[in-house]
Amino acid sequence: MSNILEVNNLRVRFRVMSALKARYKGVTDPFIDAVRDASFSIKEAETFTLVGESGSGKSTLALAVAGLLPTAEGTINFAGKEVTTMDRSQMQEYRRNISFIWQNPTGSLSPRQRVSALITEPYIVHGMRDRDLNAEAIRLLKMVGLSAHFADRYPHQLSGGQARRVGVARALALNPKLIIADEPTAGLDVSVQGEILNLLNRLQDDLGVSIFVITHNLNIVRHISNRTAIMYLGRFAEQGFTDDIFESPRHPYTLALLSANPKPNPDADMERIELKGEVPGLMNRPSGCEFHTRCPFSAENCTEVVPPQIDVSDQHTLTCHYPRQENNTLSP
Amino acid sequence: MTQETSENVLSVRNLSVDYATERGSLSALRHVNVDVPKGSIVGVVGESGCGKSTLISSIIRLLADNANTPNGTIDFEGRDLLSLSQDEMRGIRGNRMSIVFQDPMSTLNPVISIGRQMIDIQHRSHKTKAEKRQRSIDMLTSVGIPDPTNRLDQFPHEFSGGMQQRISIAMALQAEPALLIADEPTTALDATLEVQIIHLLKSLQADIGCSILFISHHLGVIAELCDYVVVMYAGEVVEQGTVRDIFHHPAHPYTAMLLKCDPASISTKTRSLPTIKGEIPDLVTLPQGCVFKNRCDRVMQQCDSKVPMWREVKNAHFVSCHWNAP
Repeated sequence: MSNILEVNNLRVRFRVMSALKARYKGVTDPFIDAVRDASFSIKEAETFTLVGESGSGKSTLALAVAGLLPTAEGTINFAGKEVTTMDRSQMQEYRRNISFIWQNPTGSLSPRQRVSALITEPYIVHGMRDRDLNAEAIRLLKMVGLSAHFADRYPHQLSGGQARRVGVARALALNPKLIIADEPTAGLDVSVQGEILNLLNRLQDDLGVSIFVITHNLNIVRHISNRTAIMYLGRFAEQGFTDDIFESPRHPYTLALLSANPKPNPDADMERIELKGEVPGLMNRPSGCEFHTRCPFSAENCTEVVPPQIDVSDQHTLTCHYPRQENNTLSP
Repeated sequence: MTQETSENVLSVRNLSVDYATERGSLSALRHVNVDVPKGSIVGVVGESGCGKSTLISSIIRLLADNANTPNGTIDFEGRDLLSLSQDEMRGIRGNRMSIVFQDPMSTLNPVISIGRQMIDIQHRSHKTKAEKRQRSIDMLTSVGIPDPTNRLDQFPHEFSGGMQQRISIAMALQAEPALLIADEPTTALDATLEVQIIHLLKSLQADIGCSILFISHHLGVIAELCDYVVVMYAGEVVEQGTVRDIFHHPAHPYTAMLLKCDPASISTKTRSLPTIKGEIPDLVTLPQGCVFKNRCDRVMQQCDSKVPMWREVKNAHFVSCHWNAP
């Protein structure tokens, strides 16, 4: 299957102080890199998951891909077209093909609008008023498993799970090729979480849409995604097929994340890799390998030399001087 | 869990709370019994809307204005909290009983330095300011904040989310309370920081010897941290027992389903995750009989009419369900 989205060496920068202040303070580079050298691709009808702690740049990357943030370097190729150089009308066309499921379901729905107006708004924004919007609203609600009478409700009359479904319905309105779901299960109970994930899986099977999921919930990743990338300080530490990442993680950070995940069994045998210290700030990125300040296996050259990207197996890459051995998680 | 109040720091008996709403009286809690034995960690699990927050607000006596006077008793260190005046309550809150909230950034005041906030919160103590400052430094050290002396002068936004939460914990434990209530303290954090917080709570609990009432809907965290578990559903406690009883031998169908639904316990990859069918009943118009009957997979004839009895399955493991009842 061909790639719907290809991102190469993407870099997103934010200015942290004005030019004048930077000059006064003697700061030569008053920017932070929120995303650095991110390269990945998403295939048609595939789910790609981005995992990382808060502040690692996951949402920034998603916004940049959607053309909602300016990029500093790199290319974003969507279905053969370059996104970073698009003009306004091309951008409008592009945004018809990608849609968002926002993190906070009720916060992303206007409290003054009824569900029917909310989920058909994309048609109005994109100048497609010619259709019967009421019929569309009911069709979309049906697709996400809500009955027609939800069309007349206001967001405050919805439960968390229902609000999330309305978010999904709105994302489906323009029949997009790619859906970006930012923390689709945040704040949901385990039973409702399953419903939403099943819905996304089913819609993907029916419509062949690609899904880009951002999450820090490791438990759901295995069940929904084909490929996974682990992000740390705006860079990809490791990426590959989800099964490979979960069964033989090679980057120490991936290992630590997976081993830290608490299991719902009081007698579980937890062999943990504890990370020391704090996440460094983006203003002063560590030298060499940026993970060395917290890595339990760091050696001398980790502090000085930037690790190269290693291809371990088919599409499984990581950046580390000393990747862990396969199936031997705790020794180098 | 022992049913004798003498060994319990906190003992909630037969607690019922109603809220007055436009549609009528909403019964948020019904005949809730919860015990927190001395020196133990008790976890409360349940979906949103099950009454976890109402339970906390009743214990700290900070219920919303539209709540009626709660029925029942909340026994804390030999006193019934529901019979105390607000003045007496103020002497208990933050002193013998303190709380850590979900979002550390809204717990800490963004325009006051950490040090000032940590000193201010010791207003009951008669120590000098220098001693209070030293106490704050010691607390920050014990929650693992590096370079505490200098960091006291910093503001909340200068700390990471994990550190902010550890500072909130340090502030809550400064007065060495008998009971710490933790309301989903790890939801805003990722897996590695979550584990740090769990370990921290465990070791501080052992040092100070306090009890913890830990609210969460993350089953993995509950399994790892808690000694006892209370399972709530639609305003009722449906099951309680030791953490092993609950996770290995759940007696209530809701507990069993909840455990089955957790994607962490499904080791094989699946495109279709298990869910609990149906919705939580409307708490204004409660159904007759068992509250869980419309979603239950073991429903029987008597579930329709009779409210299940609170009974002991085996030693210290309680459930309210007709299934396998004698």
